[in-house]
Amino acid sequence: MSAAIIRPVTGTRLGENMNVSDAFDTMDYGPAPEDARVAQDWLRARKVFGHYIGGKFTKPGSTFASKNPATGKLLAKISQAGTRDVNAAVKAARLAQKDWAKDAKARARVLYALARLVQKHARLFAVLETLDNGKPIRESRDIDIPLVARHFYYHAGMAQLMDDELPGHTALGVCGQIIPWNFPLLMLAWKVAPAFAMGNTVVLKPAEYTSLTALLFADLSREAGVPPGVLNIVTGDGKTGSLIVDHKDVDKIAFTGSTEVGRIIRRATAGTGKSLTLELGGKSPYIVFDDADLDSAIEGLVDAIWFNQGQVCCAGSRLLLHESIATDFTRRLKARMDKLRVGDPLDKCIDVGAVVDPKQLKDISQKVAASGGDVYHADCEMPSKGCYYPPTLITGLSTADPLMQDEVFGPVLVSTTFRTPAEAVELANNTRYGLAATVWTENVNLALDIAPKLAAGVVWVNATNLFDAAAGFGGVRESGFGREGGWEGLRAYTRRVEKCTKLTPVKPVPAPKAALVEDMDRTAKLFVGGKQARPDGGYSKAIWSPAGKLLGQVGLANRKDVRNAVEAMNAVKSWARTTGHLRAQILYYLGENLAARADEFAGRLNAMQGKRTGAKEVDAAIDRLFTWAAWADKFDGRAKGVPIRGVAFAMPEPVGKIIAFAPDDAPLLGLISVIGPAVAMGNRVTVVASDPYPLAATDFYQVLETSDVPGGVVNILTGSHQDLAAPVAGHMDVDAVWSFSSRALSHTIETEAAGNLKRTWVNHGVQTGDWFDARAEAFLDAATEAKTIWIPYGE
Amino acid sequence: MGKTASNVTKENLPQVQTPRNAGLPLDMDLVRSLVANTSAIERRAASLPGRRSVKKVHQAAWLARAITMIDLTTLSGDDTDGRVRRLCAKARQPVRADLLNTLGLPHLTVGAVCVYHDMIEPALRALEGTNIPVAAVSTGFPAGLSPFKLRVAEIRESVAAGAQEIDIVISRRHVLTGNWQALYDEMRSFREACGDAHVKAILATGELGTLRNVARASWVCMMAGADFIKTSTGKEPVNATLPVSLVMLRAIRGYHDLTGFRVGYKPAGGISKAKDAMTYLTLVKDELGKRWLQNDMFRFGASSLLGDIERQLEHYVSGHYSAGYRHAIG
Repeated sequence: MSAAIIRPVTGTRLGENMNVSDAFDTMDYGPAPEDARVAQDWLRARKVFGHYIGGKFTKPGSTFASKNPATGKLLAKISQAGTRDVNAAVKAARLAQKDWAKDAKARARVLYALARLVQKHARLFAVLETLDNGKPIRESRDIDIPLVARHFYYHAGMAQLMDDELPGHTALGVCGQIIPWNFPLLMLAWKVAPAFAMGNTVVLKPAEYTSLTALLFADLSREAGVPPGVLNIVTGDGKTGSLIVDHKDVDKIAFTGSTEVGRIIRRATAGTGKSLTLELGGKSPYIVFDDADLDSAIEGLVDAIWFNQGQVCCAGSRLLLHESIATDFTRRLKARMDKLRVGDPLDKCIDVGAVVDPKQLKDISQKVAASGGDVYHADCEMPSKGCYYPPTLITGLSTADPLMQDEVFGPVLVSTTFRTPAEAVELANNTRYGLAATVWTENVNLALDIAPKLAAGVVWVNATNLFDAAAGFGGVRESGFGREGGWEGLRAYTRRVEKCTKLTPVKPVPAPKAALVEDMDRTAKLFVGGKQARPDGGYSKAIWSPAGKLLGQVGLANRKDVRNAVEAMNAVKSWARTTGHLRAQILYYLGENLAARADEFAGRLNAMQGKRTGAKEVDAAIDRLFTWAAWADKFDGRAKGVPIRGVAFAMPEPVGKIIAFAPDDAPLLGLISVIGPAVAMGNRVTVVASDPYPLAATDFYQVLETSDVPGGVVNILTGSHQDLAAPVAGHMDVDAVWSFSSRALSHTIETEAAGNLKRTWVNHGVQTGDWFDARAEAFLDAATEAKTIWIPYGE
Repeated sequence: MGKTASNVTKENLPQVQTPRNAGLPLDMDLVRSLVANTSAIERRAASLPGRRSVKKVHQAAWLARAITMIDLTTLSGDDTDGRVRRLCAKARQPVRADLLNTLGLPHLTVGAVCVYHDMIEPALRALEGTNIPVAAVSTGFPAGLSPFKLRVAEIRESVAAGAQEIDIVISRRHVLTGNWQALYDEMRSFREACGDAHVKAILATGELGTLRNVARASWVCMMAGADFIKTSTGKEPVNATLPVSLVMLRAIRGYHDLTGFRVGYKPAGGISKAKDAMTYLTLVKDELGKRWLQNDMFRFGASSLLGDIERQLEHYVSGHYSAGYRHAIG
């Protein structure tokens, strides 16, 4: 037998509180404390920490206490970073970035060394994490730290492959990264590893409750050959975070934390051109069908909601039970809860440790106290001191109850029942969040049917809380945007090198002094739900040719027309489930029908713009439709090589309902360039036509009408981009807003988008590339979001 | 378990008698509804040793308790009276007396001695004066393919010879062909033939193909009146494993929830390390509860486990790692 299970004791059993004979009777677990001496020595040798900037620790400034939530005891004093510290860190990062970005293979070696370093100091990291955060040593030792090492290994590989596999891509520059307290070192790894791999430098702020492992990591990173300035750690609270967010010389912000703070950051970065990824809260459904292995599903709940005291953004916190098994399941679940062991997180025999801070404990207690449901606290022994909250199950809540809607971020599970798979999906998706979901069933047909229907970035089938560096993680809806892990995670830290030109607003042709009115009146309406619709406001504007000829009038859409367009998109939800083959046929057909009227469109373009480029633009538009028809059935997902017996699929899913402001120049090609990818990937789209030259778009709806495009899949509005930006971006039932307008809409759109944290893709007054280039990669990314579906298997 | 001797001491207690499993009519709806998600079960089993840790005085106590649960076994073609006598001596005094005295458990014995039919008589003689029962493997152990009549007769012979526990083997083919009625009827007959002797149903899980089959076979045997369900003969290529144990323990829990009867569990084969034994005990404690940590509800079918536990106990007492030759062989 290995020496691992018995530690030499002094002489005999004598001297211990209990004797063998008594323990023989009780068969209790007894204490099994992890030795924390090495971590404590490390802390004692330092006591007060400065920031880690430019490869060195700074002298400590004004400090705050970092405490052990299990005991309330002081662990260390941490400096609060102010403007000067953040400036110094950003400056160091900026200085180091250019050289760091030069040699991807050299970065691979540094990342490999970091992975090894984490493994070599695994126990020190684990113990320190548990001291600082309160999570059971079992979790920090067996889950957090191994995943940290895995993340650095994986991204060492990404750096190694960057030149070959991502040609034409470059680092974003200096990344500001703000991470939460629930997985302190793991979140650092998720942020730092991909950033490093792609050649970015980093200014990272750990959460103020849990800065210690980040500081240890910084300390040890020098041994891995991380050049000075590449990694900078500044500590502090939200004020420090906002200094990073607001810093002018930061190119990208990556944030993991609450939806509330995510919204603030979205607004703060609006219009600045900073890249942004947000990984926010959740109220993830945990669905159990009647044919599931119920005991395993119950054990899964232990890992879903009592993992890390439930302080997990993707915690399966909403239990949805098939009605026929609900009573039995709940009874068994309560019995399982009673067997959970709550206590000293350093004890190796503990399931649930300490909540991170007294403030958090109070918050959880208050939320549960306000509940209108039947509250069941696990009947387990609770420590008398420290931040502990018992595992809790609340049944009998209505769907409207705040506890069914809001994230608790504690060991609190709520449950309700469903009757059919369709109802399970409806309940699961009845949330503002969309981070993760769990499905338990032995029926492969049901599992594979349900998984794509769930509004979530990650779906686990017959498992829960599985993570790996190869598998993308991230949410939809108000759980944020961007992915961490896998190839898709690299998009958050790299960009394609493209020619950029400054956009100047394209002005409409002014009304001539003497109007030339020749042709029969043609009324261009809005195109909503497959029908022509009068603008709600009843206003129109005239469109003149540069030669002073009246070309027609277009309606001025207002917020109600936006609302109607969204309703029309809602009415055709099924579009997302159509086959790529069908969508390809429709796009080809659109191309065919546009070709049949090529001369008419070319003439219109020439007349509006007073140019002779119409024919060329029409031809490019037909070609663009063919390109997107081609892509419709070829943007495949990936099967990820995750280290389990099973598979994790990354499935590109349509983003949903997109509203796009078309480019002002290229009135037809720009319109098609937006509609094409949106439709090809299964989205529903509403395009606000070129502000000065809208008639190509209104002509185009006749092509749409003759090309089998289901009503509501493509909607066209005309009117003022400036006026429509706020109502479009503020609409809570829109999933993404794109702007290619030459008007300055970016700030408005990104600010208003914070409401439901919809995805935005705006130009910040810069034209990237040129409309004669399809920019397929960028459009495919924007039109889809990767959903990771984990399917362990084995019989 | 049918103990007769009077010198009952704390160490071979508790003899809290629990009503014997009376069985149920075969409920095919229930049997067919049983599922076992292999990957989830494997994850639970794989993470368990990391979730539970028993140290110091508790570890010593648990290891001592494990000894009381051992069915000290010899099942070899070359077994002789002398071999069985030596094994029984070890059963009576499983750990050096000085160590047991220091631990405060001077009367510790193993749970039973497990032998083939012909060795029942020498075993009984060698265990005279103790309350250690003799268990006999039966029904054409290990394959269970001898004529049915003879298998039943073998049980009766062994019970008549004084075996208090009978370890039967089921017909794996009934499981593999889904003939649950045949399995149920066979088990019923075996139980009946056992009379007052307790019957342990060996499922030979290594030959059942799937965990779902393990779950179904466990339930059918319990419905047919098994007192214990047991993983393996020790002769299959794969014997007791944690995932199989998890499935069987959950079946026992489900059966207890349904009927109120407690059925015992015996993993057998391949458990040779003290650390493995500890993991099994934590699994039983967490899945079934403390009541099953008594030797009328739990046994280890093991031959070399005891040697490792002895060394660990000496280590606990002395603070130094021990050597195998410091402990008497069994």
